[in-house]
Amino acid sequence: MIELRHVDKWYGPTFQALKDCSTSVAKGEVVVVCGPSGSGKSTLIKCVNALEPIQGGEIILDGIKVNDPKTDLPKLRSRVGMVFQHFELFPHLRIIENLCLAQEKVLGRSHDEAMAKAMKLLERVGLKEHAYKYPAELSGGQQQRVAIARALAMDPIAMLFDEPTSALDPEMISEVLDVMVDLAREGMTMMVVTHEMGFASKVAHRVIFMDRGEIVEDALKEDFFGKPRSDRAQKFLSKILQH
Amino acid sequence: MFSTLDFDVIRRSIGYLFYEGMTFTLTLTALSALGGLIFGTLIALMRLSGYKLLGRIAGLYVDFMRSLPLVLVIFWFYFLVPYIGQWLTGASRPIKVGAFSSSLITFIMFEAAYFSEIMRAGIQSISKGQPAAANALGMTYSQTMRYVVLPQAFRNMLPVLLTQTIVLFQDTSLVYVLSITDFLGAASKVAQRDGRLVEMYLFAAAVYFTISCFASWGVRRLQARISIVR
Repeated sequence: MIELRHVDKWYGPTFQALKDCSTSVAKGEVVVVCGPSGSGKSTLIKCVNALEPIQGGEIILDGIKVNDPKTDLPKLRSRVGMVFQHFELFPHLRIIENLCLAQEKVLGRSHDEAMAKAMKLLERVGLKEHAYKYPAELSGGQQQRVAIARALAMDPIAMLFDEPTSALDPEMISEVLDVMVDLAREGMTMMVVTHEMGFASKVAHRVIFMDRGEIVEDALKEDFFGKPRSDRAQKFLSKILQH
Repeated sequence: MFSTLDFDVIRRSIGYLFYEGMTFTLTLTALSALGGLIFGTLIALMRLSGYKLLGRIAGLYVDFMRSLPLVLVIFWFYFLVPYIGQWLTGASRPIKVGAFSSSLITFIMFEAAYFSEIMRAGIQSISKGQPAAANALGMTYSQTMRYVVLPQAFRNMLPVLLTQTIVLFQDTSLVYVLSITDFLGAASKVAQRDGRLVEMYLFAAAVYFTISCFASWGVRRLQARISIVR
């Protein structure tokens, strides 16, 4: 479903953010990407739907080459959901409008159709009664659930999560993770950048560990948590699992 | 001194002052603000676009307009537009452009430079995550701008845009160089006709002052309301 082959990315002429990164996510697979801050994990996931351009290698999404200038990027992106660290709901629109906007303008659905879909998804994430509020009136956890619903409204073939719980207060993390776990169990193809190792051990199939722009380890969950091969991954795990 | 003043001249000319003069002034202000905002937004988008050449052209335009006194632009435009029109249409003689059209075009072009800087600041005040989220949902550049970025930028900048419009309202009085009957022009004509210069200019000042003051007060109230909603 998602395939990265020898991806190189540079910020300016001197800083290489991604070095020869290759991996893949199969249909229905849940892959967690972790690593210390600045390791390039967020950059990697943003390259998948070309929010960040790459300078070398190639990325294939559902058989379409992402970094081909001829690719219709808006169309391709509309088929992949993305959830951001800071939610990025549209603050000038009501919750329901946040969910309907792209359905109507990008997919060309009728207003009634979009509304029905939006309501169904809001019910699913438990926020139906907040449909006519503005994002600022909701808590961080609620906003992130709305953001997930907004992405799902496009009927995506895969979902990308870029540190979806990093900006949340601790007591709100689980409500967001619960939604994500449900999604994973339904067989959604997911690529998740996160530090939540509990989530990884619960639903991930594979774990990718990155450091300094490189994919250091790409292993099945059991192997990764059992005994990571690399020193760097071992150190990282011992640090975040300490507490 | 005040015993010689005759304020009855105001009562006698009030219909002319407001129906002709103020109507012209307000129409010119509203249309210039609207046109300036539309063109200003386009210039701001050009300046912020990834295309270097477009950005340079827009930057030069803004710098050029902001480096000239408005009254000079009004004056020059009135004389130049007919010739530009002739050149564009290939007509044999300078085309006729009314004083209103000429001043409207001038103000739109001049205000576009100022509004573009305001809109540029407004667009830059939106975090990068917003267009990224819109793009991730499959929106094109124009959809992202139209539905996500510009509405927020406009809202954030509304008080500044309105304040600039109040300045514009006062600046429209400069069309007197074209002998146009705007509010000040009308007052000035009555003043000369009846020989009541002091009364009429005092009255004109009071009217401009009152309207601008009320408008500024309205903007401040609006600003307070917006900051609460956000």
